[in-house]
Parts: sequence; structure tokens; C-alpha cells
Amino acid sequence: MSKSIKIRKGLDIRIKGDANRSSIEAPLSSTYAIKPTDFHGLIPKILKRVGDQVKAGTPIFQDKYRESIKYVSPVSGKIQEIKRGAKRKILEVIIEADKVISYEAGSPVDVASLDREKAKEVLLASGLWPFIKMRPIDVVANYTDTPKSIFISGFDSSPLAPDYDYLLYTRDKEFQAGVDILNKLTDGNINLQLRAKGGADAAFTQAKKVVTNKVSGPHPAGNVGPQIHQIDPINKGEVIWTVNAQDVAIIGRYLLTGQYNASKLVALTGSEATNRKYYKVIIGAKASDVLNGNCNTDNVRYISGNILTGSQIEADGYIGFYDSQITVIPEGNEYKFFLTKGWLGLGFNKLSNNSAYPSKMLGPKKFDVDTNLNGEERAFVVTGEYEKVFPFDIYPVHLIKSVMINDIDSMEKLGIYEVAPEDFALCEFVCTSKINSQEIVRQGLDVIHKECM
Amino acid sequence: MKFLRKIFDNAHAKLNKSEKTKKLFPLVDSVDTLMFTPNHTTKGGAHIRDGIDLKRTMMFVIIALIPCLLFGMYNVGLQHDLANASVEWSGIDQFLFGLMKVLPLVIVSYGVGLGVEFIFAIKNGHAVQEGFLVSGMLIPLIMPIDTPLWMLAVAVVFGVVIGKEVFGGTGMNILNVALTTRAFLFFAHPTSMSGNNVWISGFKELKDSPNMLADGISGATPLGDLASFAQDQPAYSSLGGFMQDGHSFVEAMWGLYPGSIGESSVFPIMLGAIFLLLTGIASWRVMASFFAGGLVMALILNQFAGENAYMQLPAIHQLMYGGFLFGMVFMITDPVTAAQTTKGKFFYGFLAGFLGILIRVVNPAYPEGVMLAILIANVFAPLIDHMVISTNIKRRLKRVKIA
Repeated sequence: MSKSIKIRKGLDIRIKGDANRSSIEAPLSSTYAIKPTDFHGLIPKILKRVGDQVKAGTPIFQDKYRESIKYVSPVSGKIQEIKRGAKRKILEVIIEADKVISYEAGSPVDVASLDREKAKEVLLASGLWPFIKMRPIDVVANYTDTPKSIFISGFDSSPLAPDYDYLLYTRDKEFQAGVDILNKLTDGNINLQLRAKGGADAAFTQAKKVVTNKVSGPHPAGNVGPQIHQIDPINKGEVIWTVNAQDVAIIGRYLLTGQYNASKLVALTGSEATNRKYYKVIIGAKASDVLNGNCNTDNVRYISGNILTGSQIEADGYIGFYDSQITVIPEGNEYKFFLTKGWLGLGFNKLSNNSAYPSKMLGPKKFDVDTNLNGEERAFVVTGEYEKVFPFDIYPVHLIKSVMINDIDSMEKLGIYEVAPEDFALCEFVCTSKINSQEIVRQGLDVIHKECM
Repeated sequence: MKFLRKIFDNAHAKLNKSEKTKKLFPLVDSVDTLMFTPNHTTKGGAHIRDGIDLKRTMMFVIIALIPCLLFGMYNVGLQHDLANASVEWSGIDQFLFGLMKVLPLVIVSYGVGLGVEFIFAIKNGHAVQEGFLVSGMLIPLIMPIDTPLWMLAVAVVFGVVIGKEVFGGTGMNILNVALTTRAFLFFAHPTSMSGNNVWISGFKELKDSPNMLADGISGATPLGDLASFAQDQPAYSSLGGFMQDGHSFVEAMWGLYPGSIGESSVFPIMLGAIFLLLTGIASWRVMASFFAGGLVMALILNQFAGENAYMQLPAIHQLMYGGFLFGMVFMITDPVTAAQTTKGKFFYGFLAGFLGILIRVVNPAYPEGVMLAILIANVFAPLIDHMVISTNIKRRLKRVKIA
């Protein structure tokens, strides 16, 4: 039963710097990295040592507590370095890539002949499993669960988001193969959400064995969180899995070819990026392959992902496992005199969802933004602003407060099973008191994960 | 602005040199962040943030209060001029007289309140939070003009410490700070806060020297006059007489009669209301439901008025007198002490408006019914939110049973 849903609350953040729909093959990096930190809560158990030769698809570490989940090398080459941080936490496993990639030997998989257990085995053994995430908690899925349904969002509504129709262009067969194997994993539906207005790529519209739902409204309409909430809400004890659309195609590619070929398109966006296009890279690529010569480098912030949920990386850092976007925006590390650019200025150039700035009345103008906090952290004072951008039947501030006081019972009652940090990104953006709500929600989910699951 | 920036940077550097002076950091930091939006950048999470901050929010409320403040100054002078048979002033003289009378109240309110805030800021090691910027302006505006400064100072200390800081400071308080201050004075020093002698500057002295007091000036506020209907010697023989004597709709709109400094005139309050609603600082839900609550109560009282002239007062007039509208725009809308849920805001506002008129009319000893009603609603706000959230929780649990 396909549904048509309307997201009424939310906010499309209008900023400069979206990418053109044209793509370039980025040069093959000299080094690639898989970052255990991309997988929240993962404690890796390293399988290879520095100096070992690996192929694309060779496991380099696995989950210490769920050993079947392997994390594989995206390219062939030599393990160059295992970078550790405080308390010897593993931050990056860096692989020096060969000139020509060689793949772990594998053969195409006949998906139709697989049963559920076999399908799981294929995904686990090939290193494709980490593409599947679960709600609640928003971490890599548990292979012992059977989700009540699987959600794939067919578009991204976040600021400067890459165009999924472009990412999936000519990927019809790969996408379909990915959908086919996901179908083996659940008794419920594969829900694919597309924008209500405008067409979508054939990969989406021609996909079979999916339930296509139409979603209209502002960001976060493209996030799976609000989609799940409206279509198949999660109650305590239930599990839903989600996969990013481009990752479905990577899964499908393996099934069709038997090779772990993790190449994908990454959009370079943001006001400080000059050559804003799509770049074809392999997962774990060095950001500098995309950035070099294509953006300003003076006092800027590089973000792997979008400006609401992405993670900050260094110029010589690596693109995140799940990210299809690099954003470059200016740092805002300067003092602003209160009457001119500061807190009491007229603020025609200040992006705000609050009527206390005239920006709402300026129509479709696009804004320059920087990373300044535009204030200091305070206790909650203003009420009702989170609710304007939070399309859930959940009280966001009360949920956050229940996390702050570590009250598990209240968290459960107030709906923590239905949310992920990314669902609070807009709340965090609009917050007058500058409260880091995504971080707080993550803390709450960690507690729930530990105590209740 | 570079020289100013340098001054602050130097000050910070000097303070950081020794442990003793480090404690004063919040002081300098508070002034610094007032002059400059700091250079803090986002760390993780959303990399960009909305332009709004608490300082701007609070400052906009103060801007919305300016018409009331200016009107209050003029009215203080005007009322003194009307009551004092020995002076004949122009409008500017009246305003200047009011300015000289009101300004000390504002200075004492801010000075004492911010002083207390600074002490707590140093003790707790954080910057001064912005909450008192608004409270400090609200407090003088809801005082009778002849409130002694020492009394005001004591009350402000009580309001800030007991009303706010004991709960953890800005954002944590249960009761509206400005109203806590006023309630303290109302119960601790009733003779200076109510009756007919406190609403006109210098009224007591005028009363003691019979030649100075102009004829027909009682010093009473409209609500005082209305309340007197319940007494043996009412100020007016009938409601009609009251209405004709300077209390028509238009005259009530301008509000040139005795009262607390900022509350008597509808017009400047409405200017503030429009500004707060346009900028989205105040919740229209709370304002509208407060108004509706007061209106409904006034209409109910009209139905049961009988011979009681106060209860016969047309509903709209009822709402224009006293602190009702000032409370509606500036007090009940305080987001910290109000209900926080969208639905809860409607109940909350309605409850406060409803009770405000009820207390005021049914117990004429409390013309400040609105103040008491808002404080009661403050106390009930968490309960209202609890009820609203409970229905949300039940709705979520119901979903499980169906599935």
C-alpha cells in the first residue's frame, strides 16, 4: 500500500553553493581509509597488520562483539598505518592503494535462490553489511534481528544535498539487485520514498518489489526518520532497517559482479568550493582528491556530509563511509561587533528561522553562512521553536530534558525509539540557547542501547 | 571597533595571569559578549547555527517595552500636574518630571538585580545570563511611582534570589521574576503598594497640605474607583457616572489616569504587542488565550451582575483597566514560566486570564488580581504540560496495542 505523506513542519535552509549536475572521475587516491568512528558504537578488532597486503573486499577489521560483521578494504594495496587516538582508540586504518585495483575473488550471486539466512551470510561475508543501519539507535544493524520493514529514502532534502536521481542515474540494475536481496531480509515492505513533486530517476520509478511512497514538504522530508514515523512507526521492541539509496546500488553491484566495487559519486558543495560538481570516488577516498584546486583553503571548514549532520574533517582527511557529499564553508571564528554584524544588527545577511531577523521576508534569497555559533550556550528559555521544525508527534524539548537527567523511563515514553540524532539537526540549528541536541540525543540512544536492547 | 576589541583582549589576558583575578572573568566576559558576538564556532553537530541568540530575544522585549516606559514617564508628570494645584506645566515639563521620577527606579532595579546576578555568576563561574535584562525593565514599570527606592532594592534582591537563582538561574525559575518582586512588596509593604495614595507622585505630601491638592482628585486608579462600589461610600454613585467621568472607551485607550508606571495606557502596550508578535518573540497562543480567558470571565460576571456595579462593567472595559493587558503582553508570555507545549499554552493563557478577572472583581481587596492569577498559572504550568504530554504518551502506547 503506497502512501502519500505530507511533512508540514521543517525548514529548507537556503544557502549558497549547490553542485552542478555534471561529474568528473576523481583521480585514484594514493591512500584510502576506513574509519571505525564512522560506525557509532563500534569497537573494532583489527584483522590485518601494518604492511599486510589486502585486496578490495578483504576484511581489515571486524566488530569485536558481533564478529560476523566485517569491515573490508575498499581498494587493494598495503596497510600503511593504523592511526590511534586517546586511550589507543582506533581512528583510521589507512591503506596505500595499488595503481590498479584487484578484487577478492567472488562470483555473481543469484539472489532469487537465496533464503534469509543465506542472504545474510552473503552480505556479512562480503563486507556489505555495514551499509544496513537500524532504527532505533541508528547504528549498524543486528544480523539476528528481523526488521518489520526496510526504508530507503529516494531523495535527500538537507541543505545543498546531492541529487539522488543523478547519483543513481543508469544504476537501475544495481539498485534493483540491492532491493531484491533486502527483500529477503524482511517479511514486511521495502519502503522507497520519493518526492511528491517532480520526476525521479528510472532506477527509482522502475524499481520492483518496493512500495513507493510520495513525500512532500520541507527538510527533513528526505530523512528516513520522519518517513518511518508517518508510514510505519517504531514501537518499543520493533526494529526497522534503513539503507542509503546509493549504498543499495553498491550492494547490488556486488551481487551482479561478485566484486566489492565501492565506487560512488560524491558532490562537492558549499560557498567556498569553486568547482562544484559530482566526483566519482571510491569509499574511503582522501578528501584532497576532490578538494585540490577546487575550493578556497583560507580559514574554511571541510565537512564530510552536509552542514547539519556531517563530520568535520581535515583537508588531508578521508571521506566518511556513508557520505555522498563534501561541504566547504567559511569558519566563523571572528568577533562581530554587536550593532553591525553581531547580535543586535539589522541582520539582512543573517540566516535565521526566527522572525527577529528579516531573512524570512527576503523571499528565496540564498545566504552565505559560516560556522559561528552566533551566541553562547544557555539553558532552555524560548519554547515552541523546536516544534516548528520537528515533524514528529513527539515533544522534542521534553525528550532532550529526559536524556539530560538520564531518565530511561521517560525517554522511552517520550519516544526515543523513533528518533536519531539527525532528526534533531534542525532543532539544533534553530535553537536560541545553542544547545547541542544531536549530541544529547546520541547520549540518550547510547544509554537505551546499553540498558534496554 | 578594533581598539575596543583590543581593550577586551588585553583585559582577558591580564585576568588570566593569576588565580585570584580569574574569578572576575565572568564580569569582563559579560561585558565583552554584550559588545561582541563571540568568536565561538560550532563543534560537531550542526555546523551552522541560526542567527538568533538569547541576547537578541531579550533585547527585543526591552525594545517592545520602550513605548510603555516613555508613556509612563509622561503620565507620571501629567498626574502630578493634575493633582498639584500649584504648578502649571507644559507637556515637556511633565515628561521631564516623570523622567526624573522613573529613572531612579529603573537604575535601582537594574543596579541591584544585575549586582546579584554578577555575584552568582562569579560564584558559579559562568557569564551573566540575559534573563534579568527584561526583568529589570519590567519591575519599575509595574511599580507605583512613589515606591521607596530601598523597598524596591529589597524586593529585587528577593525576586532574583528566591524567584530565580535558587532554582538555578535563567531558564530554571518557576515563577515570573518581575511578578515575584511585586508580590513580595504587595504582601510585605501593602500600604506602599495599594490604596489610593501611592499612584500619583508626591500625592501624600499634596494631601497633607490642603491648598496644594487640586479639587476632585482622589488619587485612585480606575480599579480602585470600581472596587469602591462594594464599599459604604463609593467614589461614584453609579457605573454610568464612572464611565462618563474620564473612563470612556477612547479615554481608557489612552489611559491618562493614575496607575502603575507602565500599565495604564492601552496604546503603548499594543505597540509593544504588535512588535513582539511580528518578531515572533512572544507566543500569540498565550496572548490570545489569556485575552479570551479574561473576556469570558468578564462576560460571565456581566450575566450575574445584578446590582453589583463592578460586575456590570462592560467586558471590554474590564480588560482595559489595571494590569490585564500589560500582563497579557509582557508577563504571561514569559516562556520560562509559561506552559511549554503548544496545546498547553492555550490552557495556560486561558486559566490566567480567567482567574485574573475573577480575583480582581470578586475580591475587591485585590485589584492586582492579574498579578496573582499569573503567578498561580505559573505554578500550574508544569501540571498543564504534564497532562498534555501524558495524552501524547498514551497515544503512542495505544499504537502498540493496535499493531
